[in-house]
Amino acid sequence: MVDAPTRPAAATPATGTTFWAATRLVAENEIRSIARTKGFWITLSLMLAGLFALAILPGVFGGGTPTVATVGADAERLVAEAGLDPRPVADQAEAEALVRAEEVDAAVVPDPSGESAVGLRVVGLSDTPSELVSGLSITPPVDLLEPFPVSDAVQAVVAITFALVFLMLAMAGIGIAQSVVTEKQTRIVEILVATIPIRALLAGKIAGHSIMIFIQAGALALATPLALRLGRQPALLDLIGDALAWFVPFFILGFVLLGAMWAVAGSLVSRQEDLSSSMSVVMLLVMGPYFAVIFLSDNDLAMTILSYVPFSAAVAMPLRLFAGQAQAWEPFVSMLVLALATVATVLVASRLYAGSLLQTGGRVRLSRAWSGAE
Amino acid sequence: MLRVSSVSRNFGERRVLDQVTFEVAPGRLTGFVGANGAGKTTTMRIILGVIAPHSGTVTWRGAPVTQEVRQRFGYMPEERGLYPKLTVADQVTYLGRLHGLDRATAQQRTADLLERLQLEQRAGDPVERLSMGNQQRVQVAAALVHDPELLILDEPFSGLDPIAIDTVLAVLRERARSGVPVLFSSHQLEVVERLCDDLVIIADGTIRAAGRRQDLQARFGPQRFELVVDDDAGWVRDLPGVKLVELDGPRVVFDLTDGTGASTAEQAVLREAVRRGPVRGFSPVVPSLAEIFKEVV
Repeated sequence: MVDAPTRPAAATPATGTTFWAATRLVAENEIRSIARTKGFWITLSLMLAGLFALAILPGVFGGGTPTVATVGADAERLVAEAGLDPRPVADQAEAEALVRAEEVDAAVVPDPSGESAVGLRVVGLSDTPSELVSGLSITPPVDLLEPFPVSDAVQAVVAITFALVFLMLAMAGIGIAQSVVTEKQTRIVEILVATIPIRALLAGKIAGHSIMIFIQAGALALATPLALRLGRQPALLDLIGDALAWFVPFFILGFVLLGAMWAVAGSLVSRQEDLSSSMSVVMLLVMGPYFAVIFLSDNDLAMTILSYVPFSAAVAMPLRLFAGQAQAWEPFVSMLVLALATVATVLVASRLYAGSLLQTGGRVRLSRAWSGAE
Repeated sequence: MLRVSSVSRNFGERRVLDQVTFEVAPGRLTGFVGANGAGKTTTMRIILGVIAPHSGTVTWRGAPVTQEVRQRFGYMPEERGLYPKLTVADQVTYLGRLHGLDRATAQQRTADLLERLQLEQRAGDPVERLSMGNQQRVQVAAALVHDPELLILDEPFSGLDPIAIDTVLAVLRERARSGVPVLFSSHQLEVVERLCDDLVIIADGTIRAAGRRQDLQARFGPQRFELVVDDDAGWVRDLPGVKLVELDGPRVVFDLTDGTGASTAEQAVLREAVRRGPVRGFSPVVPSLAEIFKEVV
C-alpha cells in the first residue's frame, strides 16, 4: 500500500476551459484519431491516383493515327491526304482479312457497283470508322457562335468526376457519426458532458472532421491543374479553373451542413450496429446529388434547381459554371442560400444532439431528442 | 463543502429522487450507500450536471454549480467509458486538457498518476488491450488527472481485485487528506464500512440517514455488549434491563432493553461478573453497516 502525506504535482490548479478551447481540443483529438486510421490515407491516395489516371491515360492509350488498308492508288492518296496512315494491299479480300485480324482499323477499297459517288467503299469491322469517314468527306464550313473547346464526352467526364469526388468526400462524414456513437457506446460521453459544454463537443467534432476533409479536397483541387498539365489538356484546365475555385468553398459549407446531420444520426443510436438505420436519410442526401447530376446533367432546368438546393449546390453550381450556363451572380446567391441552410441546420442539430446524447437503449425518436434538450 | 438540497427528479411518472438532502465535507471520504436503483447514480449525475434536477439545488462552497465550477470536479461514472483505441497516456492527458490543464502539465500529471496506480508500463498501450481491472485504474486516473476540488466516484471499487482496491483507496485517501471532499457510492457494504468517514444512506429515492459513521453506528445500532468470563455466563439472562442475544459457555452477547442509551445495566452486568470471578473480556459490539442498513431501510 502506497501512502504519501502530500499530493504529488498539486501545484497548478486546473484553470478551466472556455467553449472555444474545448472545441479546439475536441477537434484536435478527432484530427489525431482520423490521421491514425489507414482508411483516410488510402482514400486520399486512391483519389489522387484516379485523378491523374483520368487526366493522363486517355492521351497515352486513346491516341495514335488509325491505319487504313488501301486498294488502289486513289484510295491510298485520299487516305494519306486525310492525315491517316495508308497501308496498300493487293485486293479487297486481303484488305478485309487485315480488318478482321484487327491489324488495321479500317480499309478503303474501289467500289465497282457505282453506288458510291467517289467510287470508293469504306470497310469497317463492327462499327463505322467515323474518323476515317469524316476525313474522306467534304463538310460545309461550320461557324460556332459560342465555341466550346472541350467535347461533350469530356464534359460528361468532368461532371461525373465532380459528383464522384463530392460523393466520396461527403461519405467520409460517416466518421462523425461513428465517432459520436463510439463515445455513446463506451459511455465516455458521460465524462465529456460533465466536463465541457455539449455544444463544444459537437462543434469540435464537426470542425475536426471538416478540416481533415478539406485537406483532402484541397489536395485534389491543387493536384487537378498538375494532372491536366501532365495530361496535356491545357484548354480543359482554363475552363475547369473557375468551377474548381467555386467547388471548394461550396463543398466546405456543404460538408459542415452534412456533418451536423451525421452527428445527429450518430447521437440517435447507442451502438455501432444500429447506426445504419439512423444514417439512411443523410446517406440519401449525399447520394442524391451524385445521381441527380449524372442523370440530369443535360436538363438545364433540373440543373438550375439543383444548383440552388443546399445539398446538391456543391456539385451542380460548379458544373453549370463549367458548362457556361450560369450567370456570374448565381454562385453568390446559391452560396448565400447554402450558408443560411448550414447555420439553421447546425442550430437544429446541436439541439437534437444535446437532447439525444445521454439517452441510451434503443433508437431515440427525433421528437424526444428535441424535447430532451430542455 | 458540497451541499445537495431538496433535490427531486422524475423519470416519466416515476419519482426517482425525492427531496434528497446531504452534505459532503472537505477532507472526508463519504460513502453513498443504497440498493441498486435507490437513486445513487441519478444523484451523482445531477451533481455533475449530466442531468438536471426537477427541483432543488446543488451548491459548491455556497455557490451554485456551473459548468465552470464543474470542470474542477473529478467524476468516475458507473458505466465506465474510455476511448478504446487511444493509448492510456493519451487518454488521461486528453481528459486533463479538457479539464483546463495545459499540455505540459497534463502530461506530467498523467505520468505521475500512472506511476501511482502502477500503470506506467502500460502507458503506451491502447486501452482496449488492458484487463478490466487495469482499465478501471485508468478510469480512476482519468477522474484525478486535473487534481479535482471534489471527487465523485460511482462504484469505484466494483471490478477491482483486493490489491487494486488498496492501491485506489490509498490514492483516494491521499486526496481526502489534502482537503478534497470525496463522495463514492457502493453497494458492497463491507467495503464502505472499511473506508468511509461519513455515510449517506439512500433508499427508494429518499435519504434515510446521513452523518459520521461512528455516530450512525451509535445511533442506529442496538446497545450491544460482549462479556467473556471463565465459567458459564448463563446467569446474565436473569439480570434486569438485559436481553440475551447469544450464549456460548463463558461468552455472552447481550442487548440493553432500554434503547434510549440512558441505561447503565451493562455496568450492573460487569459488577456482577467481577463479583463472580475473573473477567476475560468486556466490550461494546459495534453494529455492522449491514445491520444499520437493514435498520434504516
